[in-house]
Formats: sequence, C-alpha cells, structure tokens
Amino acid sequence: MTMMNSMKSPFKINRGTIIKGKWHRKDYTIIKELGFGANGTVFLADSALGKVALKLSDNGMSIISEVNVLKSFAKVQGYSLGPSLIDVDDWVTTSGTVSFYVMEYINGPDLLTYIENKDSSWVNVLMIQLLKDLQVLHDNNWVFGDLKPENLIINGPPTRIRCIDVGGTTIIGRAIKEFTEFYDRGYWGLGSRKAEPSYDLFAVAMIMINIFYPKRFNKLEGGLKQLQMMIQKKRELLPYEQVLTKALTGRYGSANEMRGELIKLSSGQEARTNTRTSNSGKTKAPSIKNRGASPKRAQAQQKKMAKKKKRTGYLESILLIVVISLLYIVYIYGQLT
Amino acid sequence: MKTGTIKQILLITDGCSNQGNDPIAMAALANEQGITVNVIGVMEKDIIDDRGLKEIEEIALSGGGVSQVVYAQALAQTVQMVTKKAMTQTLQGVVNKELQQILGKSSSVEDLPPEKRGEVMEVVDELGETVELEVLVLVDTSASMKHKLPTVKEALIDLSLSLNARSGENRYSVFVFPGKKKDVEKLLDWTPRLESLTSIFSRLTTGGITPTGPALKEAIQYFKQKRSLRSLIRRDDDEFYEESI
Repeated sequence: MTMMNSMKSPFKINRGTIIKGKWHRKDYTIIKELGFGANGTVFLADSALGKVALKLSDNGMSIISEVNVLKSFAKVQGYSLGPSLIDVDDWVTTSGTVSFYVMEYINGPDLLTYIENKDSSWVNVLMIQLLKDLQVLHDNNWVFGDLKPENLIINGPPTRIRCIDVGGTTIIGRAIKEFTEFYDRGYWGLGSRKAEPSYDLFAVAMIMINIFYPKRFNKLEGGLKQLQMMIQKKRELLPYEQVLTKALTGRYGSANEMRGELIKLSSGQEARTNTRTSNSGKTKAPSIKNRGASPKRAQAQQKKMAKKKKRTGYLESILLIVVISLLYIVYIYGQLT
Repeated sequence: MKTGTIKQILLITDGCSNQGNDPIAMAALANEQGITVNVIGVMEKDIIDDRGLKEIEEIALSGGGVSQVVYAQALAQTVQMVTKKAMTQTLQGVVNKELQQILGKSSSVEDLPPEKRGEVMEVVDELGETVELEVLVLVDTSASMKHKLPTVKEALIDLSLSLNARSGENRYSVFVFPGKKKDVEKLLDWTPRLESLTSIFSRLTTGGITPTGPALKEAIQYFKQKRSLRSLIRRDDDEFYEESI
C-alpha cells in the first residue's frame, strides 16, 4: 500500500452523486467536500434526516475503528463533544467497494476563525466548556488524543464547542492512536504518548497558546523552557501562565481541576476590571499586572478548597468501608446461624 | 488467535539503489519469511527522480509494507505513522486468515456486515497494543543523505516514543548502508531502547554508493540469526495471544 497522494483527497465525487448503502439501503446525496485527513474524506450530504456529514475511506478498517469510538460515545450520558453516529455502510462502485459512515453535521467556524473576530474573554469560556466535556470523556475511560483547533468547531447559538474528528480517541492506558505534533507532549519532550487525561490537558494548553500564536511556531530547543518563553512574550497569555505551566507539566490530576482554576481566573479577571473602571483608571498595562497577581490568590483559594474536599473524601471512603464490612459481618453471621 | 512477533524492516532512503542485488526481489524474499518491508523516501528541496520513486513504491509493494515520500521536516510524523499502519495491516491479515478458517475461504472482514466488523476491529486494536514488535531500521548513508541524518535520528527517537507507549514489547536494531568496510554496517544491536542511538549517530560518516539490495539481504539474515540465538536461550517463550472474536 502506498500513501503517495496523502496531500490530495483521494475521492473526487461530483455534487449530486447519490451514495447508496449496500447493507442498510439508505441514500445520501453529495453536496460538497468538507475536508480530508489521514483516514479519509468527509462530505456534506443530504439525506432523509436532512444534512449529514459522510466520511468515505479506502481503508475500511480505520473507519470501523472510528465508528467504534462514536458508538461508545453514544452510550455516555451528557456527552456531546463529538458528533453523533447515524449510519455505517458500504458503497459499491464500479471500481470497488468503499466503506463509509454518516454522522451529525456540525456546522460552524473552527476555533481560531471564531476567536479571531471575538473578544478574548471567549477563550476562557470555550476552554471551560471543552474541559467539562473532556472530564466526561475521561470518566468513561477515553482520551481524545488529537485535540487541535482545526478539529474544534464552534456551533450555535447557544455557543457550544464541538469536536469533529475522533481518529485519535484512545482507551486510557493504550498508546495514543493519532496526534498532531504541535499539540503532542511527546514532541515537546514533556511526556509519553500513553493515553492519560493529562495528555489531553497538555493539548488544551497548547491550543490556548495557539490562539495567540495563530501561525504556531517551530520547535527550537523544545521543552518547557521554550513554551514558557513563548507564553511570557504574549501579554494576553500572561494571566494564564500558571494554569498553562501546570497543564504543560502534567500537574493537573483531572480536567475538572484545570477547569476550576480557569473559572477562578475568569472571575478574578472580572473583579479586576470592575475595580479598574470604578477607579477610573484607563491605562491597560497595570490591569495586566494585576491580572497576573489575582490568579495566585485564586489558586491559593482553590488549593484550600481542594484540601478540604480531599479530607471529606477520605472520611467518606472510610465510612463506606466500615458500613460495607459491617453489612458483610451481619451477612456472614446470618449464613452461619 | 495466535500472533507471534511482528517483524518489520524500515528502510529510510533518498534515492535509487546502484549496487548489488535487486532490492525489490530482496523485499519479496523478506515478505516470504514473514518480514514486512516499509520504505520512506526523504526529500529535501530536491525531488526524488521518477526512477527512485518507482523503486520506493515497488520495494514496499513486494515487501508487503507501506511506503511514503516526505520532506525531511515531516519525517518524524511519517515514520511513526507508517510503522503503525504497517503493523495494523499485518494484524488485519492475521485476523482475516483466522476468519477465513471459521467462515470459509472466500470471506474476509469486508464481507461481514458493518456491525460485526466493529468487533473484529476491536480485536485488531487490542492486538496492536499488546503484540511484540521488532523493527530493524535500515538507513541510507550515501553522500546525499548526509545533512538529513540529524532529522533521521530525531525521527527514530520519536518512533520509539510512539511505540514505547504501547504495552507490548518493542525491540529495535539499526543498520546503515554503505558501511565503512562492507555494504552494510550494524550500528545498534537488538535493544528495547532506541534512544541509545543518539551518541552513535553523530559519528556517522557517509559514503558514495547505495547498495539497497545487499542491505535488505543482510537485514533478513540478521532477523534469522537472532531467531536461532534466541531459541537456544528461551525456546518456548515466544508469546502467543489467545483471543476470541
């Protein structure tokens, strides 16, 4: 097998072409190509259910792998980061059989395009949304893997961040299936390519950096040093420095933890802006300095809260163990007599 | 289901062979012995000529592997992708054979309804995570490759990063051609740690000829040697995986 034409979409399908499934006999009328990647080409199509996204691939098995992921997403309550799966089938053409699957069409601009014309406070909001969905995903033993702005679509209203490519989604503990270097901690020398929640959180941090460096940047010496330097060079990134550093070094235990700190940060930011307007201070530079200070306080608070939570968590589990063992003893006693 | 160790040769070159055996025949020979041959063509600003391109494709084709031509900057991403893709391909082959035994000669995974295929793919995914993998890397060090070698080294280290994230064992060895005295020279003996390559790689010298065929031949021999040596030490230790679909 050769992959010579990986830079060109291998499927050229005319508008109006009807793709009929071999097994489920459903019709899909091609409207246009939406994009292509390593695993196939995605088309916008019309169906009995309205507009859908249809992914064709000459490698039937890689499609099945993605379908497996989408199927298991469907079982997760309250999770809507990825598209929902509609149909899986084969298309018989004169030159051979092509596998395809049909999913919900998620319409909207990608993350970078969206942010470009928006107030930068949206960065925080969208990342907080994203982290919430990631937590649900991680709780269900999956890691997203190939998180990047191109795969993040802003859908709405109401504004909602969605992800359109599940090719990298991997069961926790396995090797990440697919990744993009800039968002991969292995590439920067900051961790392994094992699927762990912290792998996704690293990518989230890189996405935030990417928002303020839309053209990305090349790896020079790599490592934390270069990334920290890039953060410090952008004024807009400074308030996030601590959160980003923690995510880049894998020090967040969960997406919720990072999310909590981002929420704290945004409320701190708002308070700052308020005092600034009341003080009639119009200069921008001090506000940024202040912003830098507030997250520390927020973080300290967060830490205290986390500690308290931990303590009650211990108590809870001890209580649980005691209750269960008591019940067990009663049960054994009942069995004996 | 039984899958032994997956064996791959990864050939990294930038052009046409010009000495010794036909590399396409050698790749076919490797494939016959259960070794997959993957080829990566590295370009810089120069573009590999048609003859070179054709050879790269044909070696992979007869070696049952995957080929891709890339610019040096994209090498790391490509090396790991090609290796993993070839591994999945091999595992699919194994699973397909197994299915044929159950369902009859003519059937393959593609003949199953999509719902059933999912279960088969889960088995392939699982095997890809746990199977033992041996990769023999063959690096072309002819004169034109000289300034691409640092990128090759980085790509190989990146490869080990990707593969070592699996729970299955990996072993790597590295050969360069042409060698100092012979057509091929061993740089790194079978090891689970490809990172040890770093120090050796910087001392490499490059030579003029490109004996791709003889290099492939030697690589096949090396797989065999290792096999016989290992079987003396631990005869029944070859791992087999029992999987039901």
